[in-house]
Amino acid sequence: MTETRTNIIEAINLRKAYNGFVAVDGVSFNLLKGECLGLLGPNGAGKTSTIRMLYGFSPMSGGILRVFGNDIEVGLRQIKSRLGVCQQENNLDPDLSVLENLQVFARYFNIPRKETRDRALQLLKFIALDHRKDDKVMSLSGGMMRRLVLARALINNPDLLILDEPTTGLDPQARHQVWERLEMLRANGLSILITTHYMEEASRLCDRLIIMDQGKILVAGEPADLIEQYAGDHVVEIVNPDDEVRELVESRGFMHDSLEHRIIIYGKKAERLFEVVGEQFCRQTCVKRMASLEDVFLRLTGRELRE
Amino acid sequence: MIKKLPVANISLRFIRVWSRNLTVYKKIWLVNFLVPLFEPLLYLAAFGVGLSTFIEKVPYHGKDLPYLDFIAPALIAITIMYNAFFENTYASFVRMYYQKTFDAIMATPLSLEDVITGEIVWGATKALIATVIMLAVISLFGLVSYPEGLLILPLAFLGGLFFGTVGMSFTGVIPSVDMFNLPIFLFITPMFLFSGTFFPVSGLPQWAQTLSTVFPLTHLVDLSRALCQGNLQPGLLWSVLYLMLSTAVCFPLALILMRRRLIQ
Ligand SMILES: Nc1ncnc2c1ncn2[C@@H]1O[C@H](COP(=O)(O)OP(=O)(O)OP(=O)(O)O)[C@@H](O)[C@H]1O
Ligand SMILES: [Mg+2]
Repeated sequence: MTETRTNIIEAINLRKAYNGFVAVDGVSFNLLKGECLGLLGPNGAGKTSTIRMLYGFSPMSGGILRVFGNDIEVGLRQIKSRLGVCQQENNLDPDLSVLENLQVFARYFNIPRKETRDRALQLLKFIALDHRKDDKVMSLSGGMMRRLVLARALINNPDLLILDEPTTGLDPQARHQVWERLEMLRANGLSILITTHYMEEASRLCDRLIIMDQGKILVAGEPADLIEQYAGDHVVEIVNPDDEVRELVESRGFMHDSLEHRIIIYGKKAERLFEVVGEQFCRQTCVKRMASLEDVFLRLTGRELRE
Repeated sequence: MIKKLPVANISLRFIRVWSRNLTVYKKIWLVNFLVPLFEPLLYLAAFGVGLSTFIEKVPYHGKDLPYLDFIAPALIAITIMYNAFFENTYASFVRMYYQKTFDAIMATPLSLEDVITGEIVWGATKALIATVIMLAVISLFGLVSYPEGLLILPLAFLGGLFFGTVGMSFTGVIPSVDMFNLPIFLFITPMFLFSGTFFPVSGLPQWAQTLSTVFPLTHLVDLSRALCQGNLQPGLLWSVLYLMLSTAVCFPLALILMRRRLIQ
C-alpha cells in the first residue's frame, strides 16, 4: 500500500557544512503523504540544519532534495507557499497583536484580504486563543505563544507542516494542548515533519521515526518496531546490582546496559525477563517496566552529555 | 551551481514587508507624526530667532539668502537622511536580530531579497512621510516656492532609498547594535555638519570643499535648496544622477551583505 502513496519529501544524501564543519552528513529519507515523521537526536545532531534546508532557509551543501515532487533549488517559492513552518525559536511579531500576527502573515502568502480575517479568527478558535485576539503577543504565556506559532503556520492551509521542537519549554498542560491540536491535524490527513526531545511526543504523534546523531541517521522505523528491536518489551533496572546479577545477565546473553551504579536489562517477551531476573534479584531498589522509546534513544545515542 | 544575481531574487512580494511595517507605523502614527511636525519648529526657532540675529544673509548663487531660507531646505534633507538611515540600521537590526522577524518571513514564499527590498523601500517611505509633514510646516513660513517645491517629494524618496541602502549595508556587517555609533560618527555626523547644511561650503578650505562634493548629503541639500528657491538649473541633474548611481551601487551591496549575514 505504501508504494502507491506519493512522496511529500524526498531527501537523498543530504549534506550541510558550515565553513567546513559538517552538520548533516549524507542523510536520506522520505516522507509520505499523510504521514507524521519524527526526527529525533541529541542536541547538535543536525535536526534543525536538516529542516532549514527543507524550507530553503539554508542552502544545501550537497545531495538532492525534492518537496512535493519539485526540486528545492528550482521551485522554492511554490514549495514554500504550500509549507507551514514552526521554527525552533519563537519569532512571533512583537510589534503586532495576536490577531494581526496571523493577518500580516497571511499577506506574505498573498491570501486575499477578505478571507484573511475569517481564517485568522477560525485558527484562533482552533488554538483556543480567540479571547486574546487583541492582546500583545508579549503578554501571552509560553504555551500560548507556541500555539499561536502553530496557528500562524496553518494560515496558508499547508500541505506539509514542519515543526521544530513545537513543545520545548512548555508545561505538561500546554504540551498536551499542542498535541491534541496536532492529532486533529494528523487525523485530517496533513503531512507532518516534527523534531522533538520528548519521546512521549514522538511515540504518540509519529508514524515513523528517524534517530540521528552527529549528522547521520542511526536508525529509522516505526516506533513500536524500534522499541522491539532495540529495547525489547520489558525492562528491569536494578540499582547497585551485585555480581550475581551481572553474571546471570552475561550468561543468559540478555540485552543490557551496565552503568556504574545501575544495570538496565532489556528482554523480549519470550525471555520472561520479569520472572528470571525480576523475581530473583528485585530485592534492592529495582524497577520493572515496559520498554520505551527513551530506552531506544539512549541506547543508540549514548548516555553521556553532549556539548 | 550557477549563482543568481541578488536582484534576480526580488519579487513584487516585497510590498508585503513594506505593508507589515506600515501596519506597525500606523499603530503609533501620532508619535511618528509629532517628530517631523515639531522638529522643524524647534530648529527654526533656534536658528531663526537665535542665530539669525548674528547671521542675517548667506550668499547663494550670487544673491543673498535670509538665513532661515538657507537652512530650511537643509532641515528637510537631514530629515530624509536620518529617517531612512535610522530605519534601516537600528530598526531593521532589531527586527532582524532580536525579533527574528526576517527568519519568520523567510519561511513564507518571500525571499531574503524581498525582505531587504521591502525594508529599504519602507525606510524611503518613512522619509517621504516625514518630508511631507515637514514641508507643510516649512511652507507655512513661506519658505518653499511652489510648484517646484513639490519635486521635493520624489527627491525625498530617492534620498531615502539611498540612505536606506547605505544603512542596510551597515546592518549587514555590524556585529552588535551599539556599534552603529561608529558609522554614525564617521559617516552621518560629518555629513550633517559639512554638507552645506548650516553654512555654505564655500567658507571651507579647498580640500574640505572637494570632500564635501563627495558627500551624498551635499547633493541632497543642494537639490532641496534649489527646489525650495524655485531655482532649477541643468547642473542639478548631476546631483540627481549622483544619488541615483550611488543607490544603484549600494542596493545590490546591501542585498549581498545581508545574504552573507543571514543565510548560512
Ligand atoms: N549557522 C551555523 N553556523 C555554524 N554551525 C552551526 C550553525 N547552525 C548549526 N551549527 C552547528 O551544526 C550542528 C547541528 O546543529 P543543529 O542546530 O542542526 O542541531 P539540532 O539537532 O537542531 O540540535 P538541538 O536539538 O539543540 O536543536 C551543531 O554542532 C551546531 O553547532
Ligand atoms: Mg534544533
